Amino acid sequence: MAQRVKRGPDRKGRFGPYGGQYVPETVMQALAELEISYRKLKKDESFLTELRGYLSDFVGRPSPLYFAERFTAFLSGPKIYFKREDLNHTGAHKINNTIGQILLAQHMGKKRIIAETGAGQHGLATATVCARFGMECIIYMGAVDIKRQAPNVEKIKLLGAQVITVESGSKTLKDATSQAMRDWVTNIRSTFYIIGSVVGPHPYPMLVRDFQSIIGKETKRQCKEKFSRLPDVIIACVGGGSNAIGIFDTFISEKSVQLIGVEAAGHGLNSGRHAATLSKGKPGVLHGSYSYLVYDDDGQIILPHSISAGLDYPGVGPEHSALSDSGRVKYVSATDKQALAAFELVSKLEGIIPALETAHALAYLIANKKKFKVRQKVVVCLSGRGDKDMANFSENDKD
Amino acid sequence: MNRIRSYIKQNKKQKLLIPFITAGFPDTKTTVELIIAAVDSGCDMIEIGFPFSDPLADGAEVQFSSYHALKKGMTLHKTLKIVEQIRKTSEIPLILMGYYNPVLSYGEKQFMKDATAAGVDGLIIPDLPVSEASDFKRYAAKHNISTIFLVAPTTDKARLKKIEKSCSDFVYAVTVTGVTGTGKVFGRDTDNYLKGLGEVLKKKFVAGFGVSSPETARRFCKYSDGVVIGSKLISLIRNASSKSRGVKDAARFLSSVRRAI
Repeated sequence: MAQRVKRGPDRKGRFGPYGGQYVPETVMQALAELEISYRKLKKDESFLTELRGYLSDFVGRPSPLYFAERFTAFLSGPKIYFKREDLNHTGAHKINNTIGQILLAQHMGKKRIIAETGAGQHGLATATVCARFGMECIIYMGAVDIKRQAPNVEKIKLLGAQVITVESGSKTLKDATSQAMRDWVTNIRSTFYIIGSVVGPHPYPMLVRDFQSIIGKETKRQCKEKFSRLPDVIIACVGGGSNAIGIFDTFISEKSVQLIGVEAAGHGLNSGRHAATLSKGKPGVLHGSYSYLVYDDDGQIILPHSISAGLDYPGVGPEHSALSDSGRVKYVSATDKQALAAFELVSKLEGIIPALETAHALAYLIANKKKFKVRQKVVVCLSGRGDKDMANFSENDKD
Repeated sequence: MNRIRSYIKQNKKQKLLIPFITAGFPDTKTTVELIIAAVDSGCDMIEIGFPFSDPLADGAEVQFSSYHALKKGMTLHKTLKIVEQIRKTSEIPLILMGYYNPVLSYGEKQFMKDATAAGVDGLIIPDLPVSEASDFKRYAAKHNISTIFLVAPTTDKARLKKIEKSCSDFVYAVTVTGVTGTGKVFGRDTDNYLKGLGEVLKKKFVAGFGVSSPETARRFCKYSDGVVIGSKLISLIRNASSKSRGVKDAARFLSSVRRAI
């Protein structure tokens, strides 16, 4: 039974205490303009029709809800369904958001697009929509990620975008994000910043969630078609948390549905080498919002670690922080090793190579199969495909 | 009385020369020497930067100095120790500048208390806009710390007035849409922007970001009540053959700016 749940953000861009706008003064005006444009367009029927058109004909939505028969048999427990975001154009959920934001940018008259990327999936999805709409595109990517996600870098370049290598700090997603923000501050009048997850200053966590919420809406409808009721459990991986919020959103008010977010435990939760922000972090401010964050006693951000570039981020979306505090979503974690094993297992059992990010959600399920009952229906958000991870997998498989 | 307030009161016509010095760069001892040299070069106030791992409003020079200061173990606690040390010999107004997370991590309330006790007079937090700063302002007022907020070329008039109200003694005007130390050549639009600010603001304001020569400082001081210089000093120190040489070069540069404004 659906219950009314108070959902953020509030007038100040907060989900409970989390969120807000912790940014240099230079971008405050741009955030206000973005919010006004977005609030107007999301009620504009012609904008929504345009968006739906691209989602169906360019992205390929709806993505199927697939019964993973052999994986289910392997677990000999609950029935497992995959929400196939890997089948979207560009191979992940990221494009749901970039198509929405590029239309927004177009309506706002912006010509230059910037984005940060970790796994390269958001960079690829951004470069793709920029090519489609004929916009200048600059992608910031850490030097470490450029190496471990080489196929995506090649694709981004082929699509006509410029890739700027970020050599500062950890040379991963955190530093790519900082560098993209510096570009935005500098080119604020001409440039639209397409943020790739439910992070950053308000209104980004809200608008990215809204654009990704189609995942959950379709899932709900497909569950009713396939087994005439709501699922019992939904599991998604969480880095910044956009695929997770996307599939959770519609179900947050459905109290019978258990929601589980899986973070990257890297070498282990107590190893100091992880990216499990909600499990091990505390509230703080980075990249424009107040949210759980991993930092030391002096407030300095601790370099995260995950084998998956898309989860290798020290923060998490502010709405996840609120959902974690309230207990509505349970946040757990899976290690590098578990994720690699799940990556291989699901490839062999289902003929679907999942992204290493997604493999964390699958790994949690494998490790905790006894916690689920046979009659339960479990949906895993299969957020992306793993082609990009082949080199990384082969290298680690040798260890 | 707060040292910033009394200084401005006693030196109404003085153009303010404010260097930005990263605590712990190139090391703690040199930081103290630099501050003393800056005082001797005729600076009016000192901005001491406490480093942060992800300085997103800063360009390459401040990123570099912050990174190295952190590598050498600089912290916000240790920055307050530097302030205490300076206070043994000087009553110059001292302003701490840095990002919000170290302050949050310290505990806003406790930090304000300790900062006043150490001898801090003002605070600048570039990633804390006025709309998020109500607790911050309350604690600062309680401990007699001057709050200084930034305005930018993209700030409209209504916001400008609101920000001015939140600044205890003076406003910090960012000269460009951009990060610190870009070495960019300023066009007429910057002059017009600063001139316009002078017409709207009643409080004093200083201009910062990209001020790298006595000529630019003089040009901006036509409209503003002073300048902040940071990245240029860091690059002088980086490029000097020794630390003591770096201190001398920085002091000589600051003296030349002093003469120019």
